[in-house]
Amino acid sequence: MTEPVTTNEPNIIALCCHYCAFTAADLAGTMRLQYPPNIRIVRLPCTGRVDVNMMLQAFVEGADGVMVAGCEVGSCHFIKGNIRAAKRVAYAKKLLAETGINPERLEMFHIAASQGPLFAETATAFTEKIKQLMSQSTTEAPKTPVVAER
Amino acid sequence: MPKSDGRLEQLFEKGHFVVTGELGPPKSVDVDLVKEKAGHLLGCVDAVNITDNQTAIVRMSSFATALLVQGQGLEPVMQITCRDRNRIAIQSDVIGAAAHGIHNILCLTGDHQCFGNHPTSKNVYDIDSIQLIAMIKAMRDEGVFACGEEIRVSKKADVKPPQVFIGAAANPFGDPFEFRVIRLAKKVAAGANFIQTQCIYDMERFAEWMKQVRNRGLHEKVKIIAGVTPLKSVGMAKYMRDSVAGMMVPDSYIDRLNKAENAAEEGIAICIEQMQQLCEIEGVAGIHLMAIEWEHKVKGIVEKAGLLPRPTI
Amino acid sequence: MITAERKPFDTVYEFARRHKKVLVLGCGTCVTVCMAGGKKEAEILTSQLTLKARQDGVDLEVEEHTIERQCDREFFDEATQRKIKDADAVISLACGVGVQFCIEVLPDAIVYPGVDTKFYGATIEQGLWSERCGGCGNCVLEQFGGLCPVARCSKSLLNGPCGGSSDGKCEVNSDIDCIWQLIYDRMKKLGRLDELEQNQPAKDWTTGRDGGPRRILREDVTLEANP
Repeated sequence: MTEPVTTNEPNIIALCCHYCAFTAADLAGTMRLQYPPNIRIVRLPCTGRVDVNMMLQAFVEGADGVMVAGCEVGSCHFIKGNIRAAKRVAYAKKLLAETGINPERLEMFHIAASQGPLFAETATAFTEKIKQLMSQSTTEAPKTPVVAER
Repeated sequence: MPKSDGRLEQLFEKGHFVVTGELGPPKSVDVDLVKEKAGHLLGCVDAVNITDNQTAIVRMSSFATALLVQGQGLEPVMQITCRDRNRIAIQSDVIGAAAHGIHNILCLTGDHQCFGNHPTSKNVYDIDSIQLIAMIKAMRDEGVFACGEEIRVSKKADVKPPQVFIGAAANPFGDPFEFRVIRLAKKVAAGANFIQTQCIYDMERFAEWMKQVRNRGLHEKVKIIAGVTPLKSVGMAKYMRDSVAGMMVPDSYIDRLNKAENAAEEGIAICIEQMQQLCEIEGVAGIHLMAIEWEHKVKGIVEKAGLLPRPTI
Repeated sequence: MITAERKPFDTVYEFARRHKKVLVLGCGTCVTVCMAGGKKEAEILTSQLTLKARQDGVDLEVEEHTIERQCDREFFDEATQRKIKDADAVISLACGVGVQFCIEVLPDAIVYPGVDTKFYGATIEQGLWSERCGGCGNCVLEQFGGLCPVARCSKSLLNGPCGGSSDGKCEVNSDIDCIWQLIYDRMKKLGRLDELEQNQPAKDWTTGRDGGPRRILREDVTLEANP
C-alpha cells in the first residue's frame, strides 16, 4: 500500500474501528468482494480514538476524502466511542468548510463486523462520490504532491 | 414636614385615593405628540409617570419630557433608571429636576439594554434601584451627595438640597415570590415614599402579596399604588403572558377577550373591574393606570371606575 | 480559569495571509482546559491555515508550538524564542494576557490574537463553561452565601432580584440562571435570610476596572530592592 496512487484517482483514508469496520473490511476481502483500491485503511482501537486534527491532517497530507467507520449506534465496544466520533466528524466538517474544502469529502459510517458486503458497497459509493466531487471542483485546488513525492 | 411641594404628596397627606398615569416620551423631537398625550391625561390623573428610555429604546429624555408635560399643567413623575447613568450623572439630574420644580422621582433598576434598539451598548448599573432611593433620600434629608459632601456651593453658602417625593416600583409577580415583599421592605427602609406596582392581572397573587405587605405593616410606611394596563387585544394579552418576564395574565381574561365581540371594549371593561376591586384592597392607596399608547381612553376608564373628578388642592 | 473561544477562522486567516511564515503558539494552561487554545487547538488551526492557503494558492508556511503558559516569562525558553524569531508573525492562542505578554518578552515579534478571551469561569461539564467571577477587586461572596451577584446578575444588583426574575431564570436569556433566585435559595437553606434584608450600600468600584488598570505589588516577594 505504499506505491503512489495515480494523480486522477482519489486518495481516500478510512479510519476504521478494529471491532467492526476493520473486521468488515477484512471480511469483504475474504469474501472476495470488489471495492476500489483507492482506500487506505487505518486501524484504530475505536473511532473514539479519532480526534479532529487526525481528520484534518489527512487532508493536509493529501487525502481527497476521509471516511470514519465505526460500530453501529449502541454497539460500541467502548460504549460511546462511535457517538463521540460522529460529533467530532460533524465539527471537523465545519472546520473543513471554513477552509473552502467541501465538507462532503469527510463522512462518518456505521458498519458492523459482519457486514463485509456493506463495507464494500460503502467504500465503492464513497469513492464514486469523491471522484464526482473532484471532477466538479474548480474552486478547490488540485491535490498536493505530498503523497506523490513520497 | 413635606418632602416636596408636589400635588401627589399633598393628596396622600389629605388621604385621597390617587390616580397616576403614564406617558411614554416620543422617539423623536415630536413636542406636539407629548402635548397631545398630556392633553388626554389632564384632569384625569393626579400625576403622570414619564418613562426613562423604557425597554431600552432611545427616546426623548424623561427629564425633558417631564418639563414639557409640566408646562401643560400636569404633574410629572420623572423616572430614573440605573441602566444608563452612574451616580454622578443621576445626582446631577436630580438637582436639575428639583431646580425645575419636578417634585416626584421614581427610582428603577431599568430593563436590560438587550431588549432595546441598542443591544450592543454598555450598561452602567453603578448603583441599583435601592441604592438610588437611599442616595436621593440622603440628598434630600441630609443635604449630602453620595460621597458625603454637602450640597452647597461653598462652606459659607446654605445647603440647598433637592426637595423631591421619592417613588419606587414593585413587581409582585417576579420570582422568587417570597423575596418580593422583602425587596419592598428594603425599598421602604431605603426611603421610598410611594410605590407603583407592575401591572396586575393575577389578582389572587396580588392579594396574597398585599397580605404579606400588611403583615409587615409596610402599607403604613409607604403609599402603594396598584398598577393596571388595559388589554387592547388577545394578541397583547398573550404577549404580556408569554414574552414579558415576570408577568402573569390569567386564562380567564384571555377567554373573555376571545369571546368578546369587541376585544378592546372588553379589555377596558376588565380594567375597570380590576380598578374597582383594587380600590377595595386594604393598603392600596391609588391606581397607576398605564394605558400604553392609549392615552385617549384614560378619561373614559377613570370615569367609569368612579374616580372622576380628581380632587383639587 | 480564564476562558476563551476560537476567533472566527476567516479573521485569523486574514491575519496569517499577511505573512509568509506564521507560528501558531498554543498555551498550556487556562485555554487548554477550556479547549480553545491548547496544543490540540494549535494543531487544528495549523491544519486549517495550511489547507486554506493551499486552496487559495497562497504561499504560507505554518508551524505549531505550545508552551506551558504565555503569561510567565520563564516559559518562553530558548527554543520558543527562536521559533518566534524565525516566524514572520505569531498567532497566539493564549488569552489576551498571553498575546500581550508574548510581545513584551519579544518586542520585535508581531503577535495576533487567535482566540477571543471571555471570562473567569468554571467547567460545568465537558464542553460547557460558565462565568463565576468579575474580578471586582473586593470580594463580596461571604455576604451572598458564596454566590456572586456582581458577576452573575446581568445588572450586578446587590439588593435582590429585579422584576425580570422568572422561574429562576434571568430576563436577559432563559439560559442564564437568576443568581438572586440561587442566592435566595441558598441563604434560606443556611438560615441567613435576615441578612438579605439588610440594605447593601453602593459599591466602591475603584478596586475593579473602574479604578483604572490594576497591578499588585508584593514587596516581600520581589527580588530587587526597588522594583
